Amino acid sequence: MSLMKMTAVELGSRIKSKEISAVEAARAALDQIKSVEDKVNSYVTVLDEDVVLERAARVQQEIEAGKLTGPLAGVPVAIKDNMCTEGILTTCSSKILSNFKPGFSSEAVLNLEKAGAVILGKTNMDEFAMGSTTETSYFGPTKNPWNTAHVPGGSSGGSCSAVAAGECFYALGSDTGGSIRQPSSFCGVTGIKPTYGTVSRYGLIAYGSSLDQIGPVAKDVTDCAVILDTIASYDAKDSTSVKREYDFASALKDDVKGMRIGIPKDYFGEGLDSEVKEAVLNVAKTLEKKGAIVEEFDLSLVSYAIPAYYVIASAEASSNLARFDGVKYGYRTEDYEGLHNMYKKTRSEGFGPEVKRRIMLGSFVLSSGYYDAYYLKALRTKALIKQAFDKAFASYDMILAPAAPTTAPKLGDSLSDPIKMYLGDIYTISVNLAGLPGISVPCGIDSKGLPIGAQFIGNCFDEKKIIQAAYSYEKTRDMMLSDMCV
Amino acid sequence: MSKEYEMVIGLEVHVELATKTKIFCGCSTAFGGAPNTHTCPVCTGMPGSLPVLNKQVVEYATAVGLATNCTINQNCKFDRKNYFYPDNPQNYQISQLYYPICVNGGVEIETADGGKKTIGIHEIHMEEDAGKLVHDEWGDSSLVDFNRSGVPLIEIVSEPDMRSADEVIAYLEKLRQTIQYLGASDCKLNEGSMRADVNLSIREKGQTEFGTRTETKNLNSFKAIQRAIENEKNRQIDLIEAGEKVVQETRRWDDNKEYSYPMRSKEDAQDYRYFPEPDLVPILISDEWIEDIKSRQPEFREEKMVRYAEEFDLPEYDIDIITANKKLADIFEATVAICGNPKKVSNWLMVETMFLIKDRGMDVEDISFSPENLAKLIELTQSKAINGKVAKEVFARIFDEDIDPEAYVKENGLMAVNDEGELKAVIEKVIAANPKSVEDINAGKLKAMGFLVGQTMKEMKGKADPGSVNAILKELLGLE
Amino acid sequence: MANIISDETIEYVGILAKLELSDEEKEQAKKDMGSMLDYIDKLNELDTTGVEPMSHVFPVNNVFREDVVTNGDDRDNILANAPEEKDGAFVVPKTFD
Repeated sequence: MSLMKMTAVELGSRIKSKEISAVEAARAALDQIKSVEDKVNSYVTVLDEDVVLERAARVQQEIEAGKLTGPLAGVPVAIKDNMCTEGILTTCSSKILSNFKPGFSSEAVLNLEKAGAVILGKTNMDEFAMGSTTETSYFGPTKNPWNTAHVPGGSSGGSCSAVAAGECFYALGSDTGGSIRQPSSFCGVTGIKPTYGTVSRYGLIAYGSSLDQIGPVAKDVTDCAVILDTIASYDAKDSTSVKREYDFASALKDDVKGMRIGIPKDYFGEGLDSEVKEAVLNVAKTLEKKGAIVEEFDLSLVSYAIPAYYVIASAEASSNLARFDGVKYGYRTEDYEGLHNMYKKTRSEGFGPEVKRRIMLGSFVLSSGYYDAYYLKALRTKALIKQAFDKAFASYDMILAPAAPTTAPKLGDSLSDPIKMYLGDIYTISVNLAGLPGISVPCGIDSKGLPIGAQFIGNCFDEKKIIQAAYSYEKTRDMMLSDMCV
Repeated sequence: MSKEYEMVIGLEVHVELATKTKIFCGCSTAFGGAPNTHTCPVCTGMPGSLPVLNKQVVEYATAVGLATNCTINQNCKFDRKNYFYPDNPQNYQISQLYYPICVNGGVEIETADGGKKTIGIHEIHMEEDAGKLVHDEWGDSSLVDFNRSGVPLIEIVSEPDMRSADEVIAYLEKLRQTIQYLGASDCKLNEGSMRADVNLSIREKGQTEFGTRTETKNLNSFKAIQRAIENEKNRQIDLIEAGEKVVQETRRWDDNKEYSYPMRSKEDAQDYRYFPEPDLVPILISDEWIEDIKSRQPEFREEKMVRYAEEFDLPEYDIDIITANKKLADIFEATVAICGNPKKVSNWLMVETMFLIKDRGMDVEDISFSPENLAKLIELTQSKAINGKVAKEVFARIFDEDIDPEAYVKENGLMAVNDEGELKAVIEKVIAANPKSVEDINAGKLKAMGFLVGQTMKEMKGKADPGSVNAILKELLGLE
Repeated sequence: MANIISDETIEYVGILAKLELSDEEKEQAKKDMGSMLDYIDKLNELDTTGVEPMSHVFPVNNVFREDVVTNGDDRDNILANAPEEKDGAFVVPKTFD
């Protein structure tokens, strides 16, 4: 089997058994980046070959010295460009951070490094994670490795396309409203958005703080579980970090007997592409055959999640992104007269249209006279959505849903109508509002040759249940890889 | 037409808490330090950094709330206050609006006529301080130093219960005393660890409705507060008398020019868009925690007063002065612990220390001498190693520079001459040189004694003990 | 469109958000914000009377640090990305309080 088609865990075990060295793996990944990056634009920054190979050699030494024994030691990884990496450009795909080199690394990245990860570079994304297509990047759009006329999804589009195109063995993404699960489905890869508080947000450049979570993107469920074990940790630097057990890989069992799976009828109605619908319902049938109990139910409140999300996420973003002002770091406008002019010009030149749109909306909904009507209303709606999920999880172990209503749209088709773009997040967004875990797994290919993703949604802290179901499902199908991954 | 007006004043008092570290990060709160040397990603608003609350801040804020008769909000939360300014690194300040830690309290003050009055406290909330801007006098830029950014503050918001500058000062004194006793802050107005913003409006006496208020900032001393209040009162009365309207605005006081000016700008919308801080979790303050904080509270002034009377047998007058300020009480206790003699220690503090504070234009908070050196000085006077006049001089040096009095007295040859032989010889010389005075004394004009003592002290360069000189003189003149 | 956003509103939000929009961008922003608010108004269909606003999903409380100094002088690192720096401080256009 060609090296780049291996999963992260397969590669890790071969490095351990000395069949492959960490340096060889790193070189193979760098070669693949060289050959396909022009076509897909997955990366904002690819590290210098020397830096990567030197790190790989050091990791190899530590593996040989018995200091690094984990399943991911020596495996090359790509990091979404909204996670701080010490001394390495971290741009959030924005002009305003286009020259920013953080003085520290995010906790998730440190956890990976401790496990012997070899970082290849930083992946492209929608600017500040605001978008569903990776077209809002200051560094140009990323393209879908399955068909470069299509978007990879977003906002973690670069991470997902890098995995799908074999430009890395796995990647980290972040998910605020579906930003791991939706591009995973568009790119035919697997991604987990963990329960809020599972992976430290320290060093993740915030978009919507109450919704953001870091998670793995990889070729299969096994990889995702192992990566999640590695990056998840209780972090005293993140007050919203939750103390829990980190043994997700123990759920990699091919067994769904007696599992109760709910199919929300309101997720399968108008707006859902018929091929996607069929593919996801086939997953249900497959699992039913394997012994799961599948039932339809009404989740309710589905259409309220997106408006509530846009109020909450935009409000938090308007505040989180206030710090980009040309004073401490990042871009500062060339010519200005006085302080406020400097602020305005820096920010107007430094942010792209979608980011400005959300900052304006967020500032408006928090402004005097509107807070109750918009912000508090959205927080109350969020409480009701959480209650609806609580009710569902009283009856079901998990919910099965599409990851997105369609497969990947064509480049340029989404940006013209923001609301249409926002509607693409309808199946993922409420999961963030309720802090739940979700996993997206490939479940078919449509008539255009584009991958389809199914999503398992679990109750809070029930990652193991959805990992087990997704793993069991995965056992029934072949690995799905784009032609680019050779 | 001379209408009678009355002021309605409420205060917003910011107090820097005496924690070792900042409110949301492990940076030191120590004063001084080169610009930005007490900073980290959190207090400079680096992307990706997150705040974690310093527990001690909650304990101090709770303690102040309890001491000012507030209700503790047992489920309190932080909010973000959004505004752009370069000293505010995230361009939002983490503060409390919706669920502040303490509400509905009050403290009692004495009014000018000797009566008592309660000044209500609307709320106390916790928040982070901003950094410092240094304005370049000549250039067209300002420098930003984040060393103070993230230093914990409590803001104590009073009800509009004050009617005069005197009441304002009495309220501030009371707050300062209470907070200092708790050890929650040193409350130095001149260094900014206590800052008062004055909300003031004017109405005709007898009216019940409030007038339009202004907020005056940048008040760095009690004197400045007093001056600013008088100035603002007159400004508002002039406006009203001229048929104009008072504009609700924030004004900045310039104490040198004794003038305030509006801080308005069209870029300043004053719309802070508060919302719950998503990076911090709620604070639950249990009954047990409150009891624990109470049990760890230091001795309050009232308790100290009782103890001083019993333990040190001090007169009420002394106790009143010494305990009025925690710092003075601390120095008193530390000094007595070394050299005993509570009354002597009290005298030095009440008389000479107070005189020098006034003379040097300082605040009690600024006292920097060590109890050890005051104790040594008292011992030197007790053993008559130096006389009272020398002691005062030496104390001034202790007060200003905290010198070691033993070493100082030795180095400068200030030891009193208690060698009777040497003293006798000098006095004999003085007697011989002043026959006229001796005659006068013998004729019963005892006033001349003073002249001879003075002459002797002069010969001795002030180092003799006047008591001993007197005694020997009398002996030699056969007056005993 | 039910929500008509005025020029004044866009101007005001620009001041709050420190964004300066060209005339063309302003027109677009008025349209976008109007249609977003129309969409958000869908929330008014929901009766949320008596529902507590939920800011944190989990009942995690009382996360504290002890009051111990853990950071030293990290100035070089802090200033490393400054667009303009002088004497160990960040430089901004002159401001008046």
